[in-house]
Amino acid sequence: MNSPASLFDRLWDRHVVKRREDGLSLLWIDRHFVHEGSHHAFGQIAARGAKVARPDLTFGVADHYVPTRGRGGPVPDASIARMVDQLSANTAAHGITLFGLDDPRQGIVHVTGTEQGLTLPGLTVVCGDSHTSTHGAFGAYAFGIGASEVAHVLATQTLWQKKPKRMRISVEGATAPGITAKDIMLTIIATIGADGAAGHAIEYAGTAIRALSMEGRMTLCNMSIEAGGRCGMVAPDGTTVAYLKGRPFAPDGALWDRAQEDWAGLASDADAVFDREVALEAAVIAPTVTWGVSPEQALPITAAVPDPEAMADPVKAAAARDAIAYMGLTPGQPLASVPVDRVFIGSCTNSRIEDLRAAAKVLAGHRARVPGMVSPGSSLVKQQAEEEGLARIFTEAGLEWVASGCSMCVGMNGDTVPAGERCASTTNRNFKGRQGPGARTHLMSPAMVAAAAVTGKLTDVRQFA
Amino acid sequence: MTPFTRESAALMRLPVANVDTDQLIPARFMKEPRRPEGYGRFLLRDLVAEGTAPAPAPGQTILVARRNFGCGSSREAAVYALADFGFRAVIAPSFGDIFASNCVKNGVVPATVSEEDAERLLGIEALPATVDLEAQTIACGNVVVPFRIDPVWRTQLLNGWDDIDLTLAEADSIAAFTARDVAERPWAAPRRD
Repeated sequence: MNSPASLFDRLWDRHVVKRREDGLSLLWIDRHFVHEGSHHAFGQIAARGAKVARPDLTFGVADHYVPTRGRGGPVPDASIARMVDQLSANTAAHGITLFGLDDPRQGIVHVTGTEQGLTLPGLTVVCGDSHTSTHGAFGAYAFGIGASEVAHVLATQTLWQKKPKRMRISVEGATAPGITAKDIMLTIIATIGADGAAGHAIEYAGTAIRALSMEGRMTLCNMSIEAGGRCGMVAPDGTTVAYLKGRPFAPDGALWDRAQEDWAGLASDADAVFDREVALEAAVIAPTVTWGVSPEQALPITAAVPDPEAMADPVKAAAARDAIAYMGLTPGQPLASVPVDRVFIGSCTNSRIEDLRAAAKVLAGHRARVPGMVSPGSSLVKQQAEEEGLARIFTEAGLEWVASGCSMCVGMNGDTVPAGERCASTTNRNFKGRQGPGARTHLMSPAMVAAAAVTGKLTDVRQFA
Repeated sequence: MTPFTRESAALMRLPVANVDTDQLIPARFMKEPRRPEGYGRFLLRDLVAEGTAPAPAPGQTILVARRNFGCGSSREAAVYALADFGFRAVIAPSFGDIFASNCVKNGVVPATVSEEDAERLLGIEALPATVDLEAQTIACGNVVVPFRIDPVWRTQLLNGWDDIDLTLAEADSIAAFTARDVAERPWAAPRRD
């Protein structure tokens, strides 16, 4: 009889091409996504005269630099246009399918890749982007890599890896009404720290996780990297299968049946061993916002800005002092009183149709008190939101409805928050300057961002229920 | 990649936790070509401007910081900025996993020390420090502290070998794997109608 295995053990074992004495394994990569940032890696490939080993398993998506306004016309900024053009040229030269600027399927790589059915349970998925952990929502081993590793995958369709440790985060019970995957994940990060899962592959388990939709699971796994995790995953189940059925690149016919049989055997054994276990009670999770410049600096909306002088750990206190100064806050100030200057709804974390529905539900019939932008996760999500009437709710509230891309989450395309302004944002990183030099970011769920838009300050969305 | 054995140079002290890769190189510089000038001129640009970080000084090739150094984005440009400035080793109580891996690919040593030892190094007035990869020690003045590094990374850094060449020599193993895998998981290929 085989020893008990976790989902991650199974994913790992089935992709090992070769085990080396020193503990490294050569892993087969099933899917490789490349975006505009891949130009360093394509440059490395060109420098050694190599070719792409498996263009059929490689997919290009234009997202990091694409303009969200004036789509269809020429890209006005020459340096941004060059980034987008380089991706088109590199993918064309190597015969790689591209969801480019003008493709109706274009979107953020972690939204487009999953909605196209390219990500499946049991696969290895990599991309030169840390939020590749998103794809783990399907029960895939998905992780972000640097440019040198992107070049390695392009040249060989494999990667040398050391097996990470296994960590299970269980969230048991039912969440209160109005609590989303974003609140669960921000609470997890605040609990274990921004490096709490370093060196670990996370499996999310428990009844509160099983109850999440695929969109929710993607939000959760997306931010695994914000807890330091190498990857995050949820075992596939009926929710996963229902989401994938009929997606353009997902198997069909006899292969679909065979795939389902395979996926049914992926879940962790009841007695699987984990190197670390963390348990959270779903019922105590409140709508959560960040107050600082690391995702671990998060608290329930009902709390106040913490007092660094009351912190026992001098390193944490120093970080808190620095964060509070940068964020322009005062210790003891209730979070639900902090005025915001603008809002942003978008990013690979929270820009899927369910996210837009949640935000629109709060905004319906209201005017936003502050300016803001809504960038759907893909051009197909955009179309669907327009068909469902969500886009009209956003524009009638006074928010700007724009095209899909990474946009104001990373600011590479020029969509930035002005210096000193405070933004309620559905994104993943509240790092200093992440949304633009001097920008102040508060992370929260789409419904919480919508509530902040309506009141002009950080707001407990439960008062809209 | 240049092999690393031992590095003695001025130590840059950065007493900040969670220095993310957006700080090491802000996103707006990443559309610049890396060559010929290199990314060293962008290193920590905004943290220096706001006064949180000291300006990196020419001759400094070893950096010590607080926990979770290099967290966040997978951008290898963060390591290019360090390496192009001249840094060959970074010391912290913990690192972002992707960043640490990117360091090794570029010949930069990610040296993990205890929180206490990081604070000791951060507290020493400017003196040259020595990172000895074979002995896994950092010496600065009369302080000598051990550091941890994955043994595989240590070997790679000591030898400076190239991953892609190594893997291309495994062509037979890869071909055998894919032949078996296509039979076992025919559904795993992207459907092309």
